[in-house]
Amino acid sequence: MDIGWYLTVSALIFTIGAAGVLTRRSPLVVLLCLELMLNAANLALIAFARMHGNAEGQIFAIIVLVVAACEVTVGLGVIVAMRRRRLPIDVDELRELQG
Amino acid sequence: MNSLKLFAWLTLAFPLAGTIAVALIGPKLPGRGAGWLGTGALALSFASAIGALVKLQGLEHDQRQVVAVGWDYANTVGVDAQISLLVDPLSVFMILVVAGVSTLIHLYSVSYIGSDAGYVRFFAYLNFFVFSMLLLVLAGNFLLLIVGWAFVGAASYMLISFWYRRGTATNAGIKAFVINVLGDVGLVLGTYFIFKHVGTLDFLSTFESVQDDFARNDADLVAGCILLLVGAFAKSAQVPLHTWLPDAMEGPTPVSALIHAATMVTAGVYLIARMHPLFEQAPIAADVGAIIGCLTLLIAGTIAIAVTDLKRVIAYSTMSQIGYMVMAVSAGAYAAGLFHLITHAFFKALLFMAAGSVIAAMAGQQNLDRMGGFRKAMPFTFGCMVIGGLALAGVPPFSGFFSKDEILLLIGDRGGWYWILYVAGYVGAFLTGIYTFRMIFRAFFGEPVPEARELEEGHLHHAEVHSNPANGEVEDTDVGFPGPEHHIAEREPTMKIAMGSLALLAIVGGLLQIPKVTHVIDSFLEPTFEESALYHRELGDGLIAFGLVLGALVGIAGIAIAYFIWVKNPQIAVTVRQRLAPLHKLFVNKWYFDELIGLLIVRPMQWFGNWAQQTFERVVVNGLLVGGTTGVVRAGSSAVRAAQTGFLRYYAALIIVGIVAMTFYFLLAS
Repeated sequence: MDIGWYLTVSALIFTIGAAGVLTRRSPLVVLLCLELMLNAANLALIAFARMHGNAEGQIFAIIVLVVAACEVTVGLGVIVAMRRRRLPIDVDELRELQG
Repeated sequence: MNSLKLFAWLTLAFPLAGTIAVALIGPKLPGRGAGWLGTGALALSFASAIGALVKLQGLEHDQRQVVAVGWDYANTVGVDAQISLLVDPLSVFMILVVAGVSTLIHLYSVSYIGSDAGYVRFFAYLNFFVFSMLLLVLAGNFLLLIVGWAFVGAASYMLISFWYRRGTATNAGIKAFVINVLGDVGLVLGTYFIFKHVGTLDFLSTFESVQDDFARNDADLVAGCILLLVGAFAKSAQVPLHTWLPDAMEGPTPVSALIHAATMVTAGVYLIARMHPLFEQAPIAADVGAIIGCLTLLIAGTIAIAVTDLKRVIAYSTMSQIGYMVMAVSAGAYAAGLFHLITHAFFKALLFMAAGSVIAAMAGQQNLDRMGGFRKAMPFTFGCMVIGGLALAGVPPFSGFFSKDEILLLIGDRGGWYWILYVAGYVGAFLTGIYTFRMIFRAFFGEPVPEARELEEGHLHHAEVHSNPANGEVEDTDVGFPGPEHHIAEREPTMKIAMGSLALLAIVGGLLQIPKVTHVIDSFLEPTFEESALYHRELGDGLIAFGLVLGALVGIAGIAIAYFIWVKNPQIAVTVRQRLAPLHKLFVNKWYFDELIGLLIVRPMQWFGNWAQQTFERVVVNGLLVGGTTGVVRAGSSAVRAAQTGFLRYYAALIIVGIVAMTFYFLLAS
């Protein structure tokens, strides 16, 4: 199958993820969308690895998975902590870094 | 390291160790322990100096210039900065005078300031001062000389303002320090001018190459030498940089004896003698030195006749005698100038010590108008004062007679326009006789004042309320002021020993060098001045005989006039003062030097400072530079701050837009 299809699917998932990050206000959903974007990148990596016939892209994809797992752990931890401190679960309300 | 070098280092190390030891363990010692510790350190230093002398004399005649290098301090980019000492007859001569006289002055101070609250501090300072002075005279290169020079200035500042609760004392200290720093600047710049051409800081290498590197009266060399002279004038209190010396009499009397008579003020004389190869190559600068020395000796002599403060009379006489020395070494009479330096150190330290004893008997009062008739009450002090006075006035066979006349003989021998200096020198000697014995007659003769009467009955007068002799302010004797008690030589053996030794030296010191008979100093200093064309001169018999007779007559005539005016017929003094009112006013106001310097330098500088503060600092610095910078930063940051909204999604959008833009750029560019 042509590599173009894989990349199209990858781009589509990436765009969906990016759109989610930009439009949704719940941090939980933002995390989910981030996960989508990472996996879109993984898909592209694996597709290219197959095309070139070596394993480097696949190894890279596994590392991305590891990083994603860590990121989700931290992110969920932060959300739980926010919940416990009764902070609003809304990225627009959390804007203390304003200049 | 051979033993000569070791002795030189030890001479330097003992006072430094003494400073530290007195400062650290002095406060814990009982009684006068700190004073004895300081004195002991100095005595050891003097012993080392004698050791150096013995070792130096043991060397071959042409090898008596030894450089002791401690270590390389910095040896880069053509600067050879070493910690090195130059041990030669001149420096050994100086360390003997400095360490010897300082030891006696320490001994005197052990009792003299016995009840002062700052007893330990005083000895720590005193030892540090002697260390600085020894460093100055032992320095083997310009760098170390400058270090010693600056240390001496700092130490004199600390000692002049020793009674730091006295406003007048701290002001005098500041004045001395500022003028001395001016001299330091002169010395550093002068060094630069010379270093630029010879390319080395080491003294001996400089002197060797000065003939090759400079033409006679080369402009740079003359400038360098005149700048060195500025340094010498500031330290040696020569006109017009002399105004600090009389004010420095605010310090305790032993300080006056040590710094302002025996050691510090001779640094300028030493400098000129040390730099003689430079000055001989730049006769214009040497002539400037001789003329200034001559002016100083006359101006100081006239002021000394008019002032009424006991210590200031001696201070002006110091200025005048240093004038003789500066004139001598500038005119090539090196041995004579240094001979006068050593005899002057003896009799001037003695005079100050005797004056200190009188001031103690007056409970701190220094005004000659309130003194009188101490002759019977204080016979020992009186004797010392007379011996010192006779030596100062140049009466044979006291030491000052031979040294002063040697200077004048050698200057007279040079001929040409130097005869003006020759005549002025004798006028100065005449003035010396008058003012010295005016002081002695007024303090010791005439009707005894109440304090003298009380002392005759065995009670030493202690003031109930301490007041500053300069302005009458009431003082607190607990902190930073002279102690409640006073000590006079008649009752303190240590003071007596110190004064007795100096009196003896003041009497016999002249025997070191009698024309045609002995020439100890001449032959001892010869290795240092070997190259000098002016050093080896034979004087005519006629000139010697004429000079000695004239010198003796002039001195005795001055004393006779003083006796006639202030003892025989005190009315004359009043009449003369009224007749010559304008002249008297000029002398009492010290030739208006303070006012002149105030008008020419201090006031314009103050005006400039005020202007700078009001206008330059407020408008340019505060408004333009500081205000401008903060304005730019503030405006820039407020623009950037607007982008920081704190919206997470906004940041994410920016990132995505940025990445997309970059992707498009690379896609289109490829």
